[in-house]
Amino acid sequence: MSIRHGLLALLERGPSHGYQLRAQFDSATGATWPLNVGQVYTTLDRLERDGLVAQDGAPDGSPDGEGRIAYRITDAGRAEVRTWFGSPVGSRAAPRDELAIKLALAVTTPGVDVLAVVQTQRSATMSTLQELTRLKVREAADDLAWSLVLDSLVFRAEAEIRWLDHCEARVARAAARRPTVPPAAATPAPEAAPAGKRGRR
Amino acid sequence: MSAPVLELSGVTREHRQGDLVVHALRGADLTVAPGELVAVMGASGSGKSTLLHIAGGLDTPTAGQVLVEGQELTRLSAAALAAVRRRSVGYVFQDLNLIPALTAVENVSLPRELDGVRGRQARAEARAALDEVGIGELADRFPDEMSGGQQQRVAIARALVGERRLLLADEPTGALDSTTGEEVLRLLRARCAAGAAGVLVTHEARHAAWADRVLFLRDGVVVDTSGPVTGAESLLPAGGGA
Ligand SMILES: Nc1ncnc2c1ncn2[C@@H]1O[C@H](COP(=O)(O)OP(=O)(O)OP(=O)(O)O)[C@@H](O)[C@H]1O
Ligand SMILES: [Mg+2]
Repeated sequence: MSIRHGLLALLERGPSHGYQLRAQFDSATGATWPLNVGQVYTTLDRLERDGLVAQDGAPDGSPDGEGRIAYRITDAGRAEVRTWFGSPVGSRAAPRDELAIKLALAVTTPGVDVLAVVQTQRSATMSTLQELTRLKVREAADDLAWSLVLDSLVFRAEAEIRWLDHCEARVARAAARRPTVPPAAATPAPEAAPAGKRGRR
Repeated sequence: MSAPVLELSGVTREHRQGDLVVHALRGADLTVAPGELVAVMGASGSGKSTLLHIAGGLDTPTAGQVLVEGQELTRLSAAALAAVRRRSVGYVFQDLNLIPALTAVENVSLPRELDGVRGRQARAEARAALDEVGIGELADRFPDEMSGGQQQRVAIARALVGERRLLLADEPTGALDSTTGEEVLRLLRARCAAGAAGVLVTHEARHAAWADRVLFLRDGVVVDTSGPVTGAESLLPAGGGA
């Protein structure tokens, strides 16, 4: 998620202070990605440096009576927002790579109960999914924007569980193909090699 | 806490085929109180339907106890068991089990009429239940004049009609699109909130997540149970942005 583009999109609605932007961001995303005000100001500084926003109000950029500086979006900023909405979000699955790596290691490390690793993750992700669903039902029922944000997290968690189901089935099938695991599994033979040989027939 | 509607303890179900024994369910425990919805997940063949059939008195365990509203099902006479199934249990079957020669409203009112409710009243209840699942206008159609998802909703209406305390649903969202599936979950939840106990078998994690607890079955054994996490911070994607 790009804070930069989020703030720009909010400024498209009209000039705002940093504090207001933070509150608007929270209400637009149902506080799913809370920002601290420092992140907001740092981002505004960079946007100003890049000419995408400008200070609003007094020509010398002096703060208002309460010491706050308002920002407005520039034409370049508007173009940037249009480009952002017009382009797809990259499928950068970074946070979950750890899980894929963990499972890859689990299946190649002797003595690890892979099915238990899968189940532990599945229960944890299911708990998250249950809580997301409760939030959706109790708090986001009349808030379409927030409930769609929650849905996106719901579908992502579901995808992870489906992938875990798939891993479990693959692991079970692989185990059934080699009923006797050699005790000297210190040099685990890559499963692909024998399967490949068999495949050639 | 109020007395449980459903209590399974140490429930085992074996199928013998010659020398071969299939353990469909092994030592399963499950207690569901009024107001609770429990989901059951597991791979195909893991014992989900077996568990549901046994809970509803449609199948008998090889060992263990099954109590519905305090009555031990294995001790009941056939007639008493049939009465429990009709009055206490609402069942959505995996294969729907609609009667092709009856319209939607007749399918839904039949169990009530069998239970002695007068025809006119049973049909009024059935129409209300069909309205509840959003297909009131299809009440007079036959099953083969409806889509798979619409038939599924007729089956759900049939399980909801009357004052059933135990709702057992085997893949009730199978043929439904994601918004309609969610509506079904809302309905089940609402019925549980009104005092019923529910057990829902599903392959879809998104639907299981509506339950208070999720049971995971593997090869007939309950391997784990999950409840919702508390503390919303844990829900946020790592990093929080940028
Ligand atoms: N009448 C029977 N005779 C022999 N084996 C049976 C019988 N009924 C079920 N089984 C076996 O018991 C196990 C559990 O079956 P069950 O129908 O409960 O699975 P399930 O979890 O509902 O699967 P699915 O997701 O495919 O509906 C399976 O291995 C099945 O083959
Ligand atoms: Mg089944």
